[in-house]
Amino acid sequence: MTYKIVSKKQLSENVFQIDVEAPLVAQARKAGQFVIVSPDTDAGERIPLTIAGADRKAGTIRLIFQRVGKATAQIADIPEGGALGYVAGPLGRPTHIEKVGTVVCVGGGIGAAPLLPIATAMKEAGNTVISIIGARNKELMILEQEFAALSDELILVTDDGSYGRKALVTEPLKEVCSRPVKPNLAIAIGPTIMMKFCCEVTKQFHIPTQVSLNTIMIDGTGMCGGCRVEVGGKTKFVCVDGPEFDGHQVNFDQMMRRMTAFKDLEKKAMEQYQQHRCKIGLK
Amino acid sequence: MDAQETLLKELLDKQAKGELKAKDRYAIPPQQMPEQDSVARRRTMTEVALGYTATQARLEALRCLGCANAPCVEGCPVRIRIKDFITEIAAGRFDKALAIIKENSLLPAVCGRVCPQEVQCQERCTVGKKFKDPTMSVSIGRLERYVADLDKGNAETPHIAPPTGKKVAVIGSGPGGIVVAADTRRAGHEVTLFEAFHKPGGVMVYGIPEFRLPKTIVQKEIDVLKQMGVNIVCNFIVGRTRTIEQLMKEDGFDAVYVGVGAGLPKFMNIPGEHLVGVYSANEYLTRANLMKAYAFGKGADTPIAVGKNVAVLGGGNVAMDAARMAVRLGAEKVYLVYRRSEAEMPARIEEVHHAKEEGVIFCTLQNPKRILGNDAGCVVGMECLRYELGEPDESGRRRPVEIKGSEFVMDVDTVIVAIGNGANPLIQQTTPGLEFNKWGNIVVDDNCRTSMKGVYAGGDIVLGAATVILAMGQGRIAAESINQDLK
Repeated sequence: MTYKIVSKKQLSENVFQIDVEAPLVAQARKAGQFVIVSPDTDAGERIPLTIAGADRKAGTIRLIFQRVGKATAQIADIPEGGALGYVAGPLGRPTHIEKVGTVVCVGGGIGAAPLLPIATAMKEAGNTVISIIGARNKELMILEQEFAALSDELILVTDDGSYGRKALVTEPLKEVCSRPVKPNLAIAIGPTIMMKFCCEVTKQFHIPTQVSLNTIMIDGTGMCGGCRVEVGGKTKFVCVDGPEFDGHQVNFDQMMRRMTAFKDLEKKAMEQYQQHRCKIGLK
Repeated sequence: MDAQETLLKELLDKQAKGELKAKDRYAIPPQQMPEQDSVARRRTMTEVALGYTATQARLEALRCLGCANAPCVEGCPVRIRIKDFITEIAAGRFDKALAIIKENSLLPAVCGRVCPQEVQCQERCTVGKKFKDPTMSVSIGRLERYVADLDKGNAETPHIAPPTGKKVAVIGSGPGGIVVAADTRRAGHEVTLFEAFHKPGGVMVYGIPEFRLPKTIVQKEIDVLKQMGVNIVCNFIVGRTRTIEQLMKEDGFDAVYVGVGAGLPKFMNIPGEHLVGVYSANEYLTRANLMKAYAFGKGADTPIAVGKNVAVLGGGNVAMDAARMAVRLGAEKVYLVYRRSEAEMPARIEEVHHAKEEGVIFCTLQNPKRILGNDAGCVVGMECLRYELGEPDESGRRRPVEIKGSEFVMDVDTVIVAIGNGANPLIQQTTPGLEFNKWGNIVVDDNCRTSMKGVYAGGDIVLGAATVILAMGQGRIAAESINQDLK
């Protein structure tokens, strides 16, 4: 197994899209599932990335990721035709897809990537799909065309107003929820803080809300417990119990604190890597 | 010639004349394991126990009385012909000794190191009984390790029977899976060993630290499997990448062995367990061992918090491993917090001893009530209660009873929870038709057959928490069943 990157696209300054050879994963994966990947085969960090799509015939999966730390920077530096260290998956429970009526899908930043296959599956199941896609600015807005193609209604927002409406995603979400015919389900995927505030909105309107959590993980199979979050007062493991949970039950504040566990070390690794890149002449 | 060599020569001369009596054997001093200095080793990952010399091995072997009924063999889960291999060591025929061990055990270099011999073969040893002290038993494990380490891997690849045309899938490449893969391959089946991680070896690679079990030893065993023609597939999560049903119905496997090992780590269910700085032992050890976090920034990219003051909760071997790892990662103080007394600790005596030598502070009859955090959500302390021992409970161990009002705060910034594992839910989530008990462990019969035809299971997923040797024992039984059923 080589896990070759057959195509690579830079979607914005720090966001990359790669199609990777992983035929068994491509065949088995369902909306909502993720993979564990590593830039090299030995002591590279293992990171979870949600699968943004797959081509079963070609045997490839699509991953969209943001360059935030050393592992993602290393992956971003692998050229088209190069290979990942490994890909393991698909992991996590697939999204429960059924016809519920109207589904409002909220994607923030890179969260639009994992949202895409779920929104697609919801549409295919016969739902009316309203998509709200937000980004900090125009440059960071991704997958607009894909969402436009599948959604019955698409609302684009940016924090700075450089594209679409100048608003946070919660604003149009509140409006959609206030309509005479309320959505039957909300799905919110994005930064933890965004999911938290989306859930606060939908809670007021009693709209069931699914969120997809992307916590720190090692094995992704339930063995390490590093991904644990409190859901409804109980400890849940994102890798085997999730990654999707009832957003109204998730303790987001605690999750946000846990996400910072290694921030100093992660920063150190990234700095080291950037210095190393300069030395070997990469840009 | 040093004193030990002189002693060995005298004893061998006596033996040659047929004059070596039991009382002479009792008089031989038990051979101590040479070890790295207890201070120097606190900063290194290399193996603590250095292994016997040839003279030591032969002296230790001469302590064996060669009992006609060999009670030691009864104590061995895989029934190694212990008495016979020890006789060969005494005679200096180390190759022969190893060959005898290999009749029953596939991983002698591993088992010689990590088996709890003191509650198995060595517990039954007549020499230990004579002295009414199990630590005086013949050091069977150290002898096993000695001859296993001499094995340079030049031995011929085990004989493989002609191809049967049958396919066996082994899920999990830990000790049980390795045994099943080897035994079914020997029978001529086409064998594929699946591993979820990117490196094979299971708990021997992610869990047991380098300083107790060097990873090169595990790699050697994996290499033997490869030489035998076992196909090893990593990054493959059975249940998710392919289900057991797909393996059998679509991929043509005739038999599947499930040896997926430990599952969800247990937590104490006390306030504060979600704070930053609280790890399961599985996470802590996986970061340190498999991902080599001790070399963070020097070739390894997985971080680990280097705590200043670390508390490890639990009293088993995993707790000892975690505590000793924390010492090596640079913690100033490492506390081992256990709610019973040292006598009730399930850890091996040797591990307890090593942990103490390395400066781990044992806090027995104490138990945490809650973990305290600061505004940033990081651990800043742990409130504990003191306990005393009451009447024996259903496990036969004296029940710890809390002393009211004995609360105190332990100054720690890292807490590692090492109180065992529940079953992994992945196979259960994805395999309808397979029978599980109420704890989520797979139900098997005496021959490791599950409720599904063609599916076998063993190790932690069946036993809950077991040891390397018990997993190997079950692997052996399962392989026998598979080989029988595929005839």
